[in-house]
Amino acid sequence: MTMGALFYPDWLIRRILREVDVIAMVGASANWIRPSYFAMKYLQEKGYRVIPVNPREAGKEIIGGTAYAKLSDIPVKVDMVDIFRRIEDVPPVVDEAIAIGAKIVWMQIGIRHDGAARKAEAAGLTVIMDRCPKIEFGRLSGELGWSGINTGVITSRRSKVIRRAGTR
Amino acid sequence: MAGAGDETKFRPPGFATLAVHAGASPDPTTGARNVPIYQTTSYVFDSVDHAASLFNLQTFGYIYSRLGNPTVSALEEKVSALEGGRGAVAAASGHAAQLLAFYVLMDPGSNFVAAKNLYGGSITQFTHTFKKFDWNVRFVDPTKPEEFEAAIDGDTRALFCENLANPGGIVVDIERVSAIAKKAGIPLIVDSTMATPYLWRPFEHGADIVIHSMTKFLSGHGTAMGGIVVESGRFDWAQNDKFASLTQPDPAYHGLTFYETFGDFGFSTKARAVALRDLGPTLAPMNAFLILTGIETLPLRIQRHVANATAVAEWLEKHPAVAWVSHAGLKSSPFHALAKKYMPKGPGGSVFTIGLKGGFKAGVAAVEGVELFSHLANIGDTRSLIIHPASTTHRQLTEAQQIAAGAGPDVLRLSIGIEDIDDIIADLDQALAHGLNRAAE
Ligand SMILES: Cc1ncc(COP(=O)(O)O)c(C=O)c1O
Repeated sequence: MTMGALFYPDWLIRRILREVDVIAMVGASANWIRPSYFAMKYLQEKGYRVIPVNPREAGKEIIGGTAYAKLSDIPVKVDMVDIFRRIEDVPPVVDEAIAIGAKIVWMQIGIRHDGAARKAEAAGLTVIMDRCPKIEFGRLSGELGWSGINTGVITSRRSKVIRRAGTR
Repeated sequence: MAGAGDETKFRPPGFATLAVHAGASPDPTTGARNVPIYQTTSYVFDSVDHAASLFNLQTFGYIYSRLGNPTVSALEEKVSALEGGRGAVAAASGHAAQLLAFYVLMDPGSNFVAAKNLYGGSITQFTHTFKKFDWNVRFVDPTKPEEFEAAIDGDTRALFCENLANPGGIVVDIERVSAIAKKAGIPLIVDSTMATPYLWRPFEHGADIVIHSMTKFLSGHGTAMGGIVVESGRFDWAQNDKFASLTQPDPAYHGLTFYETFGDFGFSTKARAVALRDLGPTLAPMNAFLILTGIETLPLRIQRHVANATAVAEWLEKHPAVAWVSHAGLKSSPFHALAKKYMPKGPGGSVFTIGLKGGFKAGVAAVEGVELFSHLANIGDTRSLIIHPASTTHRQLTEAQQIAAGAGPDVLRLSIGIEDIDDIIADLDQALAHGLNRAAE
């Protein structure tokens, strides 16, 4: 594994967050105080369709979305797979993401698997690791700064819109 | 690495650009270019569900200005950016910021180790007021970093120092103190009020939390009280079991675990959502606005402050009424090498002390003889300021504590402003002559 620092330019993250519509969240929890629940709720609020993937919750609803046991059970086209799992569980999820034709594989903060990433990139997918889409959305939209967090964004432009909610 | 961007093409903005722009992009609704003063206590919810998400901390947004306000958060992001930190929480004063930071870290019966060379009010806050919470302070000599190590025990939660101490011109070797903190698995908190992020960014030297009294140089014009706590985002709160308030489910928040949920900004989220919410020392939006405006010119002001202060210190060193000058930018200072290492853009800053040969009487006469300097209890104003600490800021301390804090009876503290240097020196010259005459009476 190469362990150089990860760097993703803002334009790349912004493009992903603008173009993606359907997100499969692998490891989504039904417990409302878990980080994955927080992320799912926020992304839904921003207009994404978030489909929970969790074998223990299969068939049940999490924040209004039916949960599936695995990615290949999802009956609609998935744009992005967001992974909330331990690092050792990442490779099979990435294999499935490739198999279902997802365009983006996104691994959450603390999750980095360079081998699986190379495989996904070789199959034409874009990979983001060790980041959270909720935090990146908040950062680039300016909302993260509302809690005094350093977004690192300097802009003299007025619009902070990343995508229009509910346009899917 | 493939897929990731080309980091070599990314050049982060410089300090002066951040001072003007960080946290302060145009208002998306009105297009207002400067940060407006959001003089409001509360914010409407879109729906009951939106309100619930906000109260649960699941979404970003404002609820009630005790917890957050758009003018205040613009300032928080700006200071966070200037320090190279992850996040920040502002408070009504520097003292309030210290209270918020320690509230997150301490429990009854726990302790922290602090430098004995601190602003007198901080010594009093730590010694007497924190004691009522059963938070116990142990003071050590910051010029001997090994004393921090010797004072640490199993209940120690943090180390605390002023990197450039007020008063006294003492520069602390924070890389050494940070190494001791790291070994003990506890954060190093640095009060960087006197240095400002323009001169010294403590996170680059191992600090974990930086505190400012924004009342001083950040505001810079003597107009507004304010304080801030900034976190680096790099401290691992889960490396031991000392920081249960961050790593264990919080009963004050439905069992939420702050470090797990908010990660590298877990500390500031807790400082806001629990400490600021429940203790209540909120910064007023008007004061945040004044401080934001002040910070835009921080680099220019500090350059001038330091240039003037260095010239005054060199002049005073040769003055017949003056026994010693503590400015760390002087070659005679024992802290000269450290000042050059840590503050290369302006070694020593612009607040320092002098000892008068005429003792207490000469000190009192000098502060009563100034015309341009203002005799008052503040530092970091555009105006030049003077005070006799033993009879004012450090009055609550015993004489032994005063001497230990660099504020003995013969000491005057100067905060050199940005006026014309000739006028500053002329005023000091006549005031010191006045002091000499009085001492001779
Ligand atoms: C170094 C230092 N820290 C903290 C404080 C306290 O700040 P405030 O007066 O804003 O409460 C001061 C005030 O003089 C100070 O000089």
